[in-house]
Amino acid sequence: MSLDVDIDHRHGTFHLSARFVSQPGVTALFGRSGSGKTTLVNIVGGLIRPTRGRIAVDGQILVDSEQRLFVPKHRRRIGYVFQDSRLFPHLNVRQNLLYGRWFSRGNGGAAADFDSVVELLGIASLLDRRPGSLSGGEKQRVAIGRALLAHPRLLLMDEPLASLDEARRAEILPYIERLRDKAGVPILYVSHSVAEVARLATTVVILADGKVTAVGPVLDILPLADAGDGGSVLDTKIAHHDERFQITTLVSAAGELQVPRLAAPPGSSVRAYIRARDVMLSLNPPQEISALNVLAGRIAQVVPTGAQADVRLDCNGAILVARVTAKSVQRLALAPGRAVYAVIKSVSFERS
Amino acid sequence: MTAEEWTAVRLSLLVAVTATACSLPFGVAVAWLLARGRFWGKSFVDTLVHLPLILPPVVTGYLLLILFGKRGPIGEFLDENFGIVFAFRWTGAALACAVMGFPLMVRAIRLSIEAVDTRLESAAGTLGAHPLWVFATITLPLCLSGVIAGAILCFAKSMGEFGATITFVSNIPGETQTLPSAIYTLTQVPGGDAGALRLTLVSVIISMGALLGSELLARRIGAHRVAT
Repeated sequence: MSLDVDIDHRHGTFHLSARFVSQPGVTALFGRSGSGKTTLVNIVGGLIRPTRGRIAVDGQILVDSEQRLFVPKHRRRIGYVFQDSRLFPHLNVRQNLLYGRWFSRGNGGAAADFDSVVELLGIASLLDRRPGSLSGGEKQRVAIGRALLAHPRLLLMDEPLASLDEARRAEILPYIERLRDKAGVPILYVSHSVAEVARLATTVVILADGKVTAVGPVLDILPLADAGDGGSVLDTKIAHHDERFQITTLVSAAGELQVPRLAAPPGSSVRAYIRARDVMLSLNPPQEISALNVLAGRIAQVVPTGAQADVRLDCNGAILVARVTAKSVQRLALAPGRAVYAVIKSVSFERS
Repeated sequence: MTAEEWTAVRLSLLVAVTATACSLPFGVAVAWLLARGRFWGKSFVDTLVHLPLILPPVVTGYLLLILFGKRGPIGEFLDENFGIVFAFRWTGAALACAVMGFPLMVRAIRLSIEAVDTRLESAAGTLGAHPLWVFATITLPLCLSGVIAGAILCFAKSMGEFGATITFVSNIPGETQTLPSAIYTLTQVPGGDAGALRLTLVSVIISMGALLGSELLARRIGAHRVAT
């Protein structure tokens, strides 16, 4: 599957201009609120007609302003999971789930049969209930199932977790991960949360003020300064769990990381997101400190931002970003090529 | 009650039910157009629909007589091609009632369609539903209480319609003499007071019954919706 977007859209004084090609897997549209993320997915989904441009999925053109072509949303076969679930209040969960099936008969698409979707999302016990009686997290799971059962060739998810509290997010994220890994439907995922993007995305498209400022693999893009509040992503595998201290050890290219106990079994792949301001730098291997993680690396780049600076480290190929004061940069003479040690407290890892 | 009085009651019910049933599909369509449509001349259509509400009923009745009478352009066409005659028939009374009740019906349905969340409709669209299906499976079920309210209003208006009916199809016992016309006739003859009072009572009972019935129906739909 490939999604090819090249559009311009004007609405009042807002100008959205986006050009990108997405890869299979999860493509995250990332940016602050008001950057045009929702407008962009609405254009892909056919809810908004762009002022100018072209959109194609798998080579099939959905919008082409030059040819005056506009495929209406009901003929696009693009599933959409909205921030506000939008379940039909007069139908029960089962009827909501089956709604799209009426119209998708015989068009092939991803083979998603009812029972496996219900099992994947853990909603078997909700089937006879009405949307009004569901919790926010349950509603979103049903909404995901409903979109999936319409056999979409592309799934749009517009901040599906934004309206939920921390506990509900943690409840749904694993389901979206399973969706990515098992259902085989490519996903265009809108988010302003770095932790979500780090955990789910394969490719990241960064939007700022209606413009695409960066496109690329998540490991390369997220450490960039304009990707939210700054931070880096490590691809890791779970090595083992320490039940006594409730700690999980992860192995990555940069070295071993000890983080609060994760639920996944040993051997699972996990993305660790490390905020730049949680990383401390030391010129010598620190001893007798409480922080459990010390990674050796070499400074690749120092990006000053006023009174602070983002120091990008190369830790055996993996990128790590540390945010320090300009004063520390001078005091420690931090410059490209210098060998340093990054210190990260285990408790600073977000449990997402 | 006398036989004539019973005839008037039966005729009134027939006229009101026919007027409501025949205008309901048009009422829903026009209400949808006014609520969701964006087209040139929308305010003109809106005004046209509401015209019977503000015109004197006699004027509406007279316009119907001009258009749908035996010599009227529409009346003549329908008579020659389909054998449908409105002038001085009970069907004419039903037409007059439908026209008079139409603005009330459209108003109620339009308000309830406007209250349906368009975001649900676009969600249904992304699931592959054609706009007509979206209307039938999402919009209509969600605005059903408004449709019922509109139908009841039209029915009640038809039961009480007097001016346009008597102007268009006159006051023929057994053919076009509905309840209000019969009551009016009874008040014009000596000793008709008792009959007029009896018919008034019947009129009150039917109107209250309709209102009560719509309340119950609306409540059942409401309960059905929130039930878990």
